[in-house]
Amino acid sequence: MSTEHALTPSSYITHHLTFSTSGQGFWSLHMDTLIVSGLLGLLTFGFLYWVVRGVTAGVPTKRQAAIELLVEFIDDQVKGIFHGDRSKFIAPLALTVFVWVLMMNAMDFLPIDVMAWVYEHVFGQDHWRAVPTSDINTTFALALSVWFLMIFFSIKVKGLGGWIHELFCAPFGSNPLIWPANFLFNLIEYVSKPLSHALRLFGNMYAGEIIFLLLGMWAATGLVGTVFGALLGAGWAIFHILIVVLQAFIFMMLTVVYLAMAHESH
Amino acid sequence: MDITFTLIAQALTFAILIWFTAKFIWPPLMSAIESRQKTIADGLAAAERGKHDLDLAAKRSAELLREAKEKAADILASGDKRATEIIEAAKLQAKVEADRIIAGATAEIEQEAFRAKEQLRSQVSAIALAGAAKILGREVDSKAHNDLLDKLVAEM
Repeated sequence: MSTEHALTPSSYITHHLTFSTSGQGFWSLHMDTLIVSGLLGLLTFGFLYWVVRGVTAGVPTKRQAAIELLVEFIDDQVKGIFHGDRSKFIAPLALTVFVWVLMMNAMDFLPIDVMAWVYEHVFGQDHWRAVPTSDINTTFALALSVWFLMIFFSIKVKGLGGWIHELFCAPFGSNPLIWPANFLFNLIEYVSKPLSHALRLFGNMYAGEIIFLLLGMWAATGLVGTVFGALLGAGWAIFHILIVVLQAFIFMMLTVVYLAMAHESH
Repeated sequence: MDITFTLIAQALTFAILIWFTAKFIWPPLMSAIESRQKTIADGLAAAERGKHDLDLAAKRSAELLREAKEKAADILASGDKRATEIIEAAKLQAKVEADRIIAGATAEIEQEAFRAKEQLRSQVSAIALAGAAKILGREVDSKAHNDLLDKLVAEM
């Protein structure tokens, strides 16, 4: 944390929750989010590519077996939800979502104040938020991408006419009198899907970060605060392992469910 | 909570990652997994087939063993039979041979006895002649009494 500001609870939290921004207004970019998520993507998928390049159909290495375990786990999940040719797009998408979100969530494990010191003194960044999924831009980027894919697959599978027909004639029936009700229902569904999809992940990761910050603040209040802050911080970090994996899994499952629903005709 | 252009940039990153995974990571890994699954399935099927073949072979070998035992018993029985036959035939032949030898020996003995008798007879006639000559005190003309002597020899 920067030493030139007076250390108050609000300045501490503001300091930790300020993005490293470049540009103004809508056209500004959160450099921390973009760089961390980009690096994680590069590292993770580069690693996967490295493993896959040495892949063998014979006796696998332990490294390959671990990756196969992950891939088969995801393939199983997708198989249970999506009935169709999943290996062309849906399953790789699920793998991408799970692995990338998991890695981005996992940045939450880095101790915030230690990392703040590193960002400031090693990289010269006064503000740096390391968890891309606690940036609403990231979660909405993912959720809206899935949303557009959902509409794309709906139109692709049912045709434009079929999709519009479904907007007005599902779920209650094709009587013209209930077209408005159907349309309203579908509208709410189409709005609520990306909202809940994006906000669930964002809320969980943001809340996790806030709790770490609050515990960090408590730790600064004295010996008792330090002991309890450290203990509870450890407890929260352990619990956070579950949240990080669970949220990545939920995000992936919802992605698959939404896209599977888009493939089904009513 | 400020939505900025970051969203679009993140969506772009996301799209690139999806494309990369779908093109370079998923297909080779899946094809490796599937071909290994096929290899394992083939191996299991082959093992099953091998086990079945083993069962068949065991059955077949038991059958062969049983047949061989039967054949051996047959051969043994026919060997025994043949041996008794040979022994019987040998016995028969030996008997015949023995009879023949006995008959030969008997004939020879008879012949020998006859010859001895003949010799004896001729010697007896000579002795008788000599004895008679002594008794008569003179030479017996063997020519004159030959037929008489012959009659004597024949009577003996």
